[in-house]
This record gives sequence, structure tokens and C-alpha cells, in this order.
Amino acid sequence: MRRFALIAVPYLWLLALFLVPFVIVLKISLSDSALAIPPYLPTLDLKAGWSGITEFFSQLDFENFVWLTEDDLYWKAYLSSLKIALVSTVLTLAVGFPIAYGMARAPQHWRATLLLLVILPFWTSFLIRVYSWMGILSQEGYLNQFLMGIGLINEPLIILNTNVAVYIGIVYTYLPFMILPIYSALEKLDESLLEAAEDLGCSRMSAFWLVTVPLSKQGIIAGSFLVFIPTLGEFVIPSLLGGSKTLMIGKILWEEFFSNRDWPVASAVAVILLLILVIPIILFQRNEQKQREAEG
Amino acid sequence: MAIDEFAPWEDPEAKPIIQFKNVTKRFGDFVAIDDLTVDIYEKEFFALLGPSGCGKTTMMRMLAGFETPTEGTILLSGKDIAPVPPNKRAVNMMFQSYALFPHLSIWDNIAFGLRRDNLPKNDVKDRVEEMLRLTRMEKFARRKPHQVSGGQRQRVALARSLAKAPKLLLLDEPLGALDKKLRQDTQFELMDIQEKTGTTFVIVTHDQEEAMTVASRIAVMDNGKIIQVSTPDAIYETPNSTYVADFIGEVNIIEGKATSVGEKLSMAWAEGQPEIVGTPTTEFEKGQSVHFAIRPEKVSISAEKPETANAVQGKILDIAYLGNISTYHVELPGGQIIKAQAANNRRLSRRSFTWEDNVWLGWTDTAGVLLGR
Repeated sequence: MRRFALIAVPYLWLLALFLVPFVIVLKISLSDSALAIPPYLPTLDLKAGWSGITEFFSQLDFENFVWLTEDDLYWKAYLSSLKIALVSTVLTLAVGFPIAYGMARAPQHWRATLLLLVILPFWTSFLIRVYSWMGILSQEGYLNQFLMGIGLINEPLIILNTNVAVYIGIVYTYLPFMILPIYSALEKLDESLLEAAEDLGCSRMSAFWLVTVPLSKQGIIAGSFLVFIPTLGEFVIPSLLGGSKTLMIGKILWEEFFSNRDWPVASAVAVILLLILVIPIILFQRNEQKQREAEG
Repeated sequence: MAIDEFAPWEDPEAKPIIQFKNVTKRFGDFVAIDDLTVDIYEKEFFALLGPSGCGKTTMMRMLAGFETPTEGTILLSGKDIAPVPPNKRAVNMMFQSYALFPHLSIWDNIAFGLRRDNLPKNDVKDRVEEMLRLTRMEKFARRKPHQVSGGQRQRVALARSLAKAPKLLLLDEPLGALDKKLRQDTQFELMDIQEKTGTTFVIVTHDQEEAMTVASRIAVMDNGKIIQVSTPDAIYETPNSTYVADFIGEVNIIEGKATSVGEKLSMAWAEGQPEIVGTPTTEFEKGQSVHFAIRPEKVSISAEKPETANAVQGKILDIAYLGNISTYHVELPGGQIIKAQAANNRRLSRRSFTWEDNVWLGWTDTAGVLLGR
């Protein structure tokens, strides 16, 4: 009985705060927009009894999903989001792996401090940090002032409101999520394995590819998903740092919802986004499972 | 002496495979290896024995190429190996932790070094299978290292380090992680494999019994220096210092002063006690301080005064029963405690001596060694 109660609490939590809202969103995505409060039709009229319920269900349709396929804005936004998420993940990995490697190789008494430095940015609001990037990247920003100051460029670079700024913002924001799992994998790596590889004829470089990388594979996969999944639906970074050409589904969603007040279409966009995300989430879970099995 | 006995170190013509020439290694202020010179010959099973921190692992790591000497040179087959990186040396190492690659199967672990040499696939396959046969691991080839037992992992590590047929194999505490019974079996297996492959083995160990069992020669080390290099029996029977005598096996050490020197040496060691007579192997001067070292099994214990050159009386303080033998701790009138061992060839209930018994201890004038330090 007690065990049941223990399991029931988190499940009730998920039911109330995830499944129920999802069903509501799903229902809205099947409705039609209307100039009313709430801004969609139909609404369930329980007073009408059984006929009210059948009436309600008969009015639901997939019109909004069909609409998403007809207007090329949406699938372009999905593709562009996928591309930005993919490129950002690769960039974050390229930046994060060397940092994690350096941390794992650092003397023992330094590691706790280095770990703290990675987590430290979380102590300030995410929004403030993104806004400060605007100050750094803008035309009169610190970066351009610095580059022009040392005479490297004559004209200020246009970075803010481009995809480059979006990549910078995403890599910066999600870097800790990449570093931490890779670090934890590399920290467990036994130094004598690398010596054994060298002893058996590997150069330093090939020992890295044949031993270090395969043994930190789980960390690399985990880190990549932890970056890829939230980046795909990212809204704040592209809307603050990106320009009008930056097409990301999170931004479209926000505009449908708040600018166009077309809740049903916005809901349909959200449902599709969720379906796209289910695939990497399942893959991520499977990776975690494999890792647990390997360690168990 | 038999003609075919393996003793290249006694042959002035023999060329050593490894030569340490005045090698010193410092880590900051710490001197790990102190001006060390030693030769190791082909097909030897050479043991580096010493307490932890004596520099034996540093010596091995210099041979493998993970450390370079601060001063001096190390020659492998007559060539200085200092500039050769570990991956280019014809030397392989078996690590104390085994260092098996956890993501590779046992087969792939053994093939790892062969593949780095870009050997044709079939040659790799043949060699791996030969190694699996040698270590009797054929059945486990497809398993991952964590799916086999500790003893099997040890054999995989050995197979992997032997696969490239190195000129020299280094073994860092190879049996340290095994339990006693398995360790003893594996020692004989190691000797067997060493003989079959004809590879020169250098083993690092702190277990004197292990070194005695497997090695053709033992180097006893302390504080970065080699104290004595010799065959196991010579190390045991004629140690060159009290340190070596004390480190290998059990020993009684009695300090005294030489009263007469010559073919036989007499040593005064306590008031009112008969002088100890021994046969010196080195020069001693009259009046010089001498350490007399004798193994417990060379001291006889009896109720009557024995006929031996040395005989002292004492009282049994303690008896350690070890099954096949018993060690008697006998206190002499001066307070000195001498250990004597006797085989238990009678049932325990019929043992001749018990606690507090007065007994005679005896030994011949050649049973012990006289040491200057």
C-alpha cells in the first residue's frame, strides 16, 4: 500500500500537470478559431446531456493540421528549427568536449572549483544573460568596439539579429548541459587505459579516438540530446538575438498564439512539435538505460 | 654445476638485453631512482622486489617509456631507448589494474595491438587465437572484460601484452588482485608461459614469496637503490645485508662484536653467553661490529644440549602453530628472542615442548651468515 502511495504521487503530478494540459491543447488544436472567450469553438456543454457531447465531438476536425501542410511557413520553420538545433548541438559538442576533457584531466583539488564555474551562470537569470549578449554583439557593442579598437576590422560586424547570434546564444546557454555528462564520463576513465593503448602501439591521437571517445560515448550522447531537445523548441534566444529571417518553430508558435490569437493553429503547431520531440526523447531514454545496464 | 643451467649473468660473453647505466630519476625533490646500474639478460624472469615507494614501479615505467630518466641511460639491445616513445618500443606491459578496454570484447582486446601494426586480417586472427589457446581463454573470446572473473581478466591482460611478441614483457604486480590459491596456480602458469614464449619478463612485486617462486633473479630494492641482485636461493641463503635478510622470509638477527677472525669467526654478543661461531664470507676485522643472521628453520630445538658448534639455553615464550610447522619463540637469559622452527611430524597432542619449557637451541657454524651491515 505504501509503495503504491509512493508511486502514485509522481504519477498524479504528471497526470495533472502534463497529461491533462496536453489533452486540452490537443482538443484546442482540433477546434476552430472564433472571436469569443475562449477564442475557439466548440466548447463542451454538459447541460445539454448526451446530445451535447456528441455535438461537441462531431465539431472537432483536423482542419488545422491540414492548414499546417498547406502553408509552407510551417514546415520551413520546422526544418529550420531542426537545422539550427542540429548545428547548435554539433557546435556545443565541439566547444564542450575540450572543456570537459580539460576538467577531467585537471588536478583533483581543482575539479570542484571548475565544476562550480560551469554551473555558476545558472545563478543569474537566463533572460539577463541573453540580454547581455545583445550588449556584446550589437553594432556598437563590446565585441565590435574591441575588434575595431585593436584594428582588426574597420566596419562593425553585423552579428546581432542574425543566425550567428542565435548560435552564439544557444551554445552559450546550453554549454553546461553538454559539459556535465561528458565530464562525468571522462572522469571515470582510467588513465592506465590510455597508457595501455600507447603501450600497444597507439599514438596519443589514435588512443584518443580508440579509447577516450568510445568510453565517453554515453556522455556525448546524453549531452547532445540535452542540448538538442530544448533547442528545437527554443523561443527566447531566437526572438531576442535572432533577426526577422531567423525561422524557428518556437517563435512561430508564440506569434500564432499571442499576435494572431489563433489558438487552434498554435495548438496544432505545438502538438506536431511534441511528436517530433518524442523520437529524440525515446532515443535519449534508451541511451540512459543502456548506460545503467553497463554500469549495473 | 650442470652445464645447461640458465645463468647468463655469470657468463662474461653474454650480452644483456637491458642495461641501466647510472640511472637517476627525480620527481621534484624526491629521488625515486638513485644512480642505479643493473643488467638484465635475454629470457630472464627478473623480479624487482621491494616495499612500496622503493622505486620499482618507476623503473618499470621507464622501461615502458612512460617516464624518462633524469640522468643516465637505459639501453635495450644496446640502443638508448630514451628518445623512443612507448608506442614505438618492442616492450609491452601488463598493468596492475589490467587496463583491459571495457568497450571491447576479449578477442578485440587481444587484437588491439596487432591491429595497430596494420597486420593482414588473417595474421591477426591466427595470433589472437594462439594467445587465447596459450591462456586457455578460447571459450570467453566474445565476452566483455566485465563478464569474466578476476583470474580470467588477468589471463586476458597477459595474452594482450604477449600478442605482439615483445622483446621484453613488463608485469606490474600481475597477481596482486588474485586470492592466494589462484595466485599460486597462476605463478606456475606464468613461468610456464615465459618458458614457452622465451620472452624476457620483468616483474614488479612486493610479495617476496611470489618473487622467489617465479624469478630467475631477484633485485631487492630500497629507497631507489638496488641492495642485492641474485638468484632466489642466494638471496635467501646469503643475503648481503640485514635489510635483505629481513625483507626475505623470517630471520633472527643478533648483533655483536668480532673477537677472533680467520676461517671461523667468533662473535661476542651478550654477557655470560657463549660466543657465536660462524663462517664469514667477507673480510671482518677484530673488534668490528657484526650482525649474525640465521633463519628459524636452521635453528634446532631440543631438550638436551645439542652437539652443534653453537648451543644456547632459553625458555619457550610463545608457540605459533602453522599446521605443517611450528615456530617457537625462545627467550634467552639476556632477553634476546630467537625464533626456531620445527616440522610437526607428530600429532599436536604429542608435542615435546610447551610454554615455559626450558630448551636448548643449536645451530652449526655454517647455518647463519655474518653481515657487516
